Amino acid sequence: MTTPTELPINGNNDVVLVRQHVRTAAVDVGLSLVDQTKVVTAASELARNALVYAGGGRVRVEIVQNGLRKGLRLTFSDEGPGIPDIEQALVDGWTTGGGLGLGLSGSRRLVDEFDLKSAPGEGTLITVTKWAR
Amino acid sequence: MGVTLSVPADAGRRRIEQLLQDNEERVLRRWQEIAGSSSTGNVDRADLAAQLRELFQALLQSLGEGGDSSDLRGLLAELSRNRARQGFTPSETAIVVFGLKEAVYEFIETDGSPEALRGFVWFSQLIDDLGLFTIENYSAAREKVIVDQAEQLLELSTPVVKLWEGIVAVPLVGTLDSARTQVVMEKLLQTLVDTGSEHAVIDITGVPAVDTQVAQHLLKTVVAARLMGAECVISGIRPQIAHTIVTLGIEFGDIVTKASLADALAHALRESGVEFVSRRTRVAVRTEEG
Repeated sequence: MTTPTELPINGNNDVVLVRQHVRTAAVDVGLSLVDQTKVVTAASELARNALVYAGGGRVRVEIVQNGLRKGLRLTFSDEGPGIPDIEQALVDGWTTGGGLGLGLSGSRRLVDEFDLKSAPGEGTLITVTKWAR
Repeated sequence: MGVTLSVPADAGRRRIEQLLQDNEERVLRRWQEIAGSSSTGNVDRADLAAQLRELFQALLQSLGEGGDSSDLRGLLAELSRNRARQGFTPSETAIVVFGLKEAVYEFIETDGSPEALRGFVWFSQLIDDLGLFTIENYSAAREKVIVDQAEQLLELSTPVVKLWEGIVAVPLVGTLDSARTQVVMEKLLQTLVDTGSEHAVIDITGVPAVDTQVAQHLLKTVVAARLMGAECVISGIRPQIAHTIVTLGIEFGDIVTKASLADALAHALRESGVEFVSRRTRVAVRTEEG
């Protein structure tokens, strides 16, 4: 089993690197092409959120196992301003940054497990998991 | 050790200079051996030997002229720039400089005097400085190469091609960030004006993932083209991309999307009133007539 890796997110280039790394890991886990694309897209959204709203952060990429099933778990963390109203942030089309407002809510649909912890002034921690079928 | 430290620094320095001058040829030959053996096969031995001889002369000169090392640094900068461009690793580049330390140390050992040992500490620092200087130049040259390539890539990866009279296409390959979208949009809009085209095909077959940012950039480009009176078709939507777009909840509205570039071209041709008749049918018709 590969060890978890931590990648920094400090610029647009890092978002590209995160995406590439997640894609390689997704292939290792044995995700289907559709699921690979989904988890890579979710990683792209969440990494960009960390960059745009918190000015940067990092992501931990690990391969997890649940019985016979393998999965890919991504943990995004930042020390940004945090999300004041999580429920509203997860509404489709809601944005404070001029985007489409689908990044966070869409990412939740792209993965199997989605966990969001955030409070104003305490940064944001998002853990997502995609299981191989 | 107490003996060694009681030797004045400049006495040690003078001893090293003396040693280097007395054993000039031998130190140089040893240095060439060390540097040559640590480099991989793709280095020209004769070339390296000549470079080292030049460096060594410059080093001796800088020692003699009371520390003016601008010549030496100039040569080192050139060497590291060349090595960075030729794809040498940082270690392979640094070892050229650090190899001299090893070469000189062998002569210090034979000499064995406290002055020489004291001097070697000074010499060691000098070589470390030069080594760091080399590495700094090496990475500066590497960064320059990367920046140049990124610029070239931006130019290369956004061609706008004419498919038919009145139909242009933009095949997008790779990551679509704000900077690239800007270039793509400008180029596309300019080409629409230049060619008087009314149809544009944006092909995303080469875009590995379409996230909300990419989608937003695409939508903006399409809207901008529409403002200029041109209709855009987005093609190259692969199954996994379609899946992802739907799950994300992105809506392309009334923008025409196609699975392949061929479909998009067929659509644009139909829209502009061009019809195709397959040749075989025509031959068949003729036979009937005959």
